[in-house]
Amino acid sequence: MSGAPARAEAYWPLAAALGGLALAATFGSLLVGYVRLDVLAALGDIAHGRPSLPALVLVQLRLPRAALGCAVGFSLGLTGAAMQGLLRNPLADPGVVGVSGGAALGAVVVFYSGLAGAFSLALPLGGVAGALLAALALYVLAGLGAGTMTLILAGVTINSFAGALTALALNLSPNPYAAYEIMFWLMGSLADRSLPQLWLALPLMLVGWGLLLSSAPALDALTLGEDTAMSLGFDLKRLRLTLVAGSALAVGGAVAVTGAIGFVGLVVPHLLRPLVGHRPGRLLLVSGLGGAIALLVADIAVRLLPIHPELKLGVVTALIGAPFLVLLIDRLRREA
Amino acid sequence: MRIEAINATVHFGGYSALTGVDCAVRSGEMVGLIGPNGAGKTTLMRVLADLQPLQAGEARYDGRCAHELARGELARRVAFLAQGGEATWPLRVDHLVALGRLPHRRVFSGPSAADRAAIEAALRSADVAHLRARTLGALSGGERARVLLARALAVQAEMLLADEPVAALDPLHQLSAMALLRSVARGGAGVVAVLHDLTLAVRFCDRLIVLAGGRVVADGPPSALTDAVLSAAYGVDVVRGEHRGEPFIVPWAASKAGA
Repeated sequence: MSGAPARAEAYWPLAAALGGLALAATFGSLLVGYVRLDVLAALGDIAHGRPSLPALVLVQLRLPRAALGCAVGFSLGLTGAAMQGLLRNPLADPGVVGVSGGAALGAVVVFYSGLAGAFSLALPLGGVAGALLAALALYVLAGLGAGTMTLILAGVTINSFAGALTALALNLSPNPYAAYEIMFWLMGSLADRSLPQLWLALPLMLVGWGLLLSSAPALDALTLGEDTAMSLGFDLKRLRLTLVAGSALAVGGAVAVTGAIGFVGLVVPHLLRPLVGHRPGRLLLVSGLGGAIALLVADIAVRLLPIHPELKLGVVTALIGAPFLVLLIDRLRREA
Repeated sequence: MRIEAINATVHFGGYSALTGVDCAVRSGEMVGLIGPNGAGKTTLMRVLADLQPLQAGEARYDGRCAHELARGELARRVAFLAQGGEATWPLRVDHLVALGRLPHRRVFSGPSAADRAAIEAALRSADVAHLRARTLGALSGGERARVLLARALAVQAEMLLADEPVAALDPLHQLSAMALLRSVARGGAGVVAVLHDLTLAVRFCDRLIVLAGGRVVADGPPSALTDAVLSAAYGVDVVRGEHRGEPFIVPWAASKAGA
């Protein structure tokens, strides 16, 4: 903990600035791609209803990638902050309760069964089903009245079991090409995503965001422990249910479309926490916006780097995220 | 407001923490809850605050069960100060104290003028206004305890349940915190405080409830806290006297067997 007086923070200007940056990054993501595209001309074509190639590229290729980058990044940052607040542990990440492992397994099962080729939404639907099953398994394992520790243990169990089944699918993969495809999908990417995938994931994520953001006051109260939070009128069972359902929808929707993208949900809340005076409730929105910026910037970098085949987004976030975590460890060690 | 525990019985595993405890506290009185370690004081406080699942019995608030009260009503009317609280995150002191206003807050609305006034008053009464911009981790144990007391005061509840509010404080702040709690009671709210210092208990409380082995062994005015009661509850002999018309009690030695 810091011995210095806590910085006086201006919350709304910070949120507005991050929101502006997230919008700018979304627009920046529209500008970047492998084909040269006159975005203004394409917008003009769209406005006049002229079906042109630039308009098609913008709407069918660039828009889903940029919008998904923004929404998935927001989901990861927001859920990471919410889970760290709920579990009162700075090491919690969006996947701590098992939903991301479940979503990945769901998608892998679709790959493995060959359904992925049958229709374009099979993969994300499998991922969403996996996330919801994981959330269900969490409640079967931990029970509705579960305490925080039980919740973490059940989440770890589900994650490792889902990981084992995913490895099993790779192990038993009918041909090397299928294994290769699964492995690459698991690394996480925003490349070649389509509008229907956005329309599938976005409503789930929106409901998830609503559930997570509505828990802000309860997370603030939890700062002083469970007894104090309960005495302030918060029902902790309901809070856990709300947050697990919210993260299942937000992260489940995200992972189902993009694959597992690590470190954003772990690192972004850490970076922004001092800027909101360490208040867990206020960290939620800010961390979501920070997550969106981080993911969009990483996805822009992936496309600008002269490396082919394109680096997977999950690989890049991990490569950037790990050194950040080292910096944070160093800061914590010096403050201890 | 009147809070009653009726036949409150709590088991932890095979160990029984409270056995058939009956007691009542009401607004306007300052009650000391005393007894040796493991007597069930914290458990009884949690029962009174509706935080503790019971094996038998119940807590009643003006005769009603907790679930008969409107949502959030109990949180506005009963404040609970947990023992030796810690904050997970290094929040500023004034932000921590502001948490006491959460039961009064409407969804998505900021602090009202009344909230701000309550926070200021709580910071001043607990003598922590000068620490407002510090974080809890940067404070001493006693300063921390006063900040947490301020958080509970900020609720401005009709009943304040404080579990060991003065255990970490220096003598001066023990005296001022006890005087503060008594002034809260004189102001019309009820105060129940778990105490270990017998002199503070008999000097500042209107009534003392003595717990031992999960049962109430005495319940009455401080004058009823006899040597026999103390010896039976704590297993100690005490030295007692009067200074300027007020009693003091000093634990002196372990009671002789069979005393």
